[in-house]
Amino acid sequence: MLVHNKESDGKNDAVVVAVGGWIVIRRVDVDPPPFFFHLVYAKLCFPFSCQQTLSFSMSISLQKHDYIIHSPQQKMEQNQELNLKATELRLGLPGSESPERNTTGGGGMKNLVSGAKRGFSDTINFVKNGGFLGENKNPNSVKDSVVSSSPKHGDHTQASVAASKAQVVGWPPIRSFRKNSMAAKNTKNEDDPNVEIGSCVYVKVSMDGAPYLRKVDLKIYSSYLDLSSALGKMFSSFTLGQHGTHGSSESPLMDLLNGSEYVLTYEDKDGDLMLVGDVPWDMFTGSCKRMRIMKSSDAIGLAPRVTEKCKNSN
Amino acid sequence: MVYSLPEEVLEHVFSFITSDKDRNVVSVVCKSWYEIERKCRRKVFIGNCYSVSPGIMIRRFPEVRSVELKGKPHFADFNLVPEGWGGYACSWIDKMSRAYPWLEEIRLKWMVVTDESLELISTSFKNYKVLVLASCEGFSTDGLSAIAANCRNLRELDLQESEVMDSSGHWLSHFPDTFTSLESLNISCLGSEVSFSALERLVARSPNLKTLRLNRAVPLGKLSTLLQQAPQLVELGTGAYLSGVRSDVYSALSKAFLGCKELKGLSGFWDVDPSYLPAFYSVCSRLTTLNLSYATIRSPDITKVISLCPNLQRLLVLDHIEDSGLNALALSCKNLQELRVFPSYLYVADANVTLTEQGLVSVSQGCSKLQSVLYFCHQMSNSALITIAKNRPNLTCFRLCIIEPRTPDYLTHEPLDIGFGAIVKHCKNLNRLSLSGLLTDRVFEYIGTHAKKLDMLSIAFAGDSDLGLHHVLSGCEILKKLEIRDCPFGDTALLANVAKLATMRSLWMSSCAVSIGACKILSRKMPMLNVEVTDENGTLDPKLDSCLVEKLYVYRTVAGPRSDMPGYIWTMDRDSANKI
Repeated sequence: MLVHNKESDGKNDAVVVAVGGWIVIRRVDVDPPPFFFHLVYAKLCFPFSCQQTLSFSMSISLQKHDYIIHSPQQKMEQNQELNLKATELRLGLPGSESPERNTTGGGGMKNLVSGAKRGFSDTINFVKNGGFLGENKNPNSVKDSVVSSSPKHGDHTQASVAASKAQVVGWPPIRSFRKNSMAAKNTKNEDDPNVEIGSCVYVKVSMDGAPYLRKVDLKIYSSYLDLSSALGKMFSSFTLGQHGTHGSSESPLMDLLNGSEYVLTYEDKDGDLMLVGDVPWDMFTGSCKRMRIMKSSDAIGLAPRVTEKCKNSN
Repeated sequence: MVYSLPEEVLEHVFSFITSDKDRNVVSVVCKSWYEIERKCRRKVFIGNCYSVSPGIMIRRFPEVRSVELKGKPHFADFNLVPEGWGGYACSWIDKMSRAYPWLEEIRLKWMVVTDESLELISTSFKNYKVLVLASCEGFSTDGLSAIAANCRNLRELDLQESEVMDSSGHWLSHFPDTFTSLESLNISCLGSEVSFSALERLVARSPNLKTLRLNRAVPLGKLSTLLQQAPQLVELGTGAYLSGVRSDVYSALSKAFLGCKELKGLSGFWDVDPSYLPAFYSVCSRLTTLNLSYATIRSPDITKVISLCPNLQRLLVLDHIEDSGLNALALSCKNLQELRVFPSYLYVADANVTLTEQGLVSVSQGCSKLQSVLYFCHQMSNSALITIAKNRPNLTCFRLCIIEPRTPDYLTHEPLDIGFGAIVKHCKNLNRLSLSGLLTDRVFEYIGTHAKKLDMLSIAFAGDSDLGLHHVLSGCEILKKLEIRDCPFGDTALLANVAKLATMRSLWMSSCAVSIGACKILSRKMPMLNVEVTDENGTLDPKLDSCLVEKLYVYRTVAGPRSDMPGYIWTMDRDSANKI
């Protein structure tokens, strides 16, 4: 939790508290003793749920200038060096005393360092002058581009939704070169016809009588229906029989199958030839190594029609 | 200065100072030292190519012989930086080609380089020696042909992990027959075949060749030929390391390796056939670097190799090494300084690999010189991290990636705060840290309190609130590079630490909670920063201050806002932050 507090003059005290990523501004009447300021959480009457407990209370000791950043003790000592600067009232825009950009790098380095300190005290002044809190005590202070409202709950959700989407991108952090090399490697490996590149699973699909095989990414399909219609489109040029007019018209491939010409089978992890459709889809994608569209005449002895979808395998 | 040494003397003294940091320190002592130093500086390193312009560099340092530039942010490695982001080398190469006729070395990382630029390099510099293109893109073998044909004194050509558009395998034959100065060649990233005969002739006429990294397409059968031509090699990267069952290949290879008395580093090992591994056993006792990170060989084979390498300092390996292999490593390789263990699960279905935190604990215990760790695993515990920290306070780089985001301590189900806290507390010289697992703001408090030497920090899926980020920005005094993704860090912490950002090279925040309003404020307050906002999806409304920013990249610069961005990236305009 982060707390900003202006110098208390009894008039426009306000406290900005960030909890769980939300920024909230609350005005409180606080009349602190000169060098000591208590902030009691409960006083702020938070309607939002917080990750920290509500009975949390903080005491922050101030020096003359009354700026606060909740920080460990050692930081306070460092802050004391900036006493005088911090207490100066300024009429210029916050940041107006930032160092001139030095075109020579070496001198620039020095300025950047000292400018950094001034920038820090500028921040304090910015807070003090109410700029950060959206007030215009100072006529020249920053006008309206101030974070004066908390990111809404919706935004927070948006951020977490975005986060879950982003999990797919760039995680785990492995260089593209490595990913591509390993993936390319595996396509050459005879023992491992599956290639997983990130979240893809490519398997070979052969069709009896077709001159060449195809490869499909099982992960882009969500069901057997999806898969069969895709395969149907892929291999439609190879089929000799009629399709689409009779039988269950769920998919071209199903039609093929119902037309008794072909049966869709796959080879599983153990190397066994299995009928597609017996197991739940996810189990199938996890265990399928390659697929084969077999002529029915070769498939004598395999399980009956694929239309029985409710069978569970052990 | 009342007493000052003559300029020539100072210049001579400065010539012994080669480190960039030392040179920078020298240059700020006084005006005259600044002037003397800048005129005799030979090497310039620019960690962010947009922090300064070529013109500024050239004006300050007129006698440069070696330039190193980095372009894209580090997260470009993981596809987080969108296409067309920038990092174009051409304006640099253009200006340097005119200003530095005696330039000898150019090293670029994460930059976009064109064939035209390569051609320009090859014709502009009279004594050109070193070209390193690491993780670069945008050029083809045509550009390489120009380099080969025109750089008569080339010593080093290193294409480390770059994306090269292959248009011809014959670029190697463009090295003239009189060209004999090659010392280092790294073509491991090339996808297609190079002309082997050209390669062989090149190697044969390069008596100073010390480093040779081949690409996958070079068959194992040819490797022995090359090794026979270059027994003086110090670093070798093999091509594909399999060859069917060919006993003549094996014996030739074995004999060739026997002849390589100087070999200290081995890499490559794409597609390994384990039966060929013993062919290089004869060099193992001298090996200091071994990169098996593309080899999907199993633990027993890996263990056998490393048990023969007592002088190993650097090991890169897949998690196929398993805990058992790491235990063996801890016993055999007492000089180990760097360990990198990469995950294989993405590439090998059902690898059935038993790599846990125990492996890393063993290595931390057995290898007293261990300094640098990159470790991918599926589980971790606070107790293991504490043990590692206490075992190895000399760690300088600790990068842990627990593969599933937000994974807690698998034993206690707590966050891993105290584990990482122990790391930063005990390892006082830690300069690079990457976090993972379930982490609250606490871990950042520990980092801010203890990690005083931290130079680079990578954070993902961690923290609860702005306080976390605030701890880091306010506590880590010399932090230079901070990259964050998917954390609930936002405006408050950023705006409370604006001055800090001017002391850093760069800050990257993606999928966090930073609003466009805060970016505007930041930009206005800190004119020496470029505040770049990415909106690939086109959902950002610049007038709505509370709108969250997808990706934010902030870096200090003396060159002003850049003008080569794609349309979906904006630099916050500091003068009128209300309009973009």
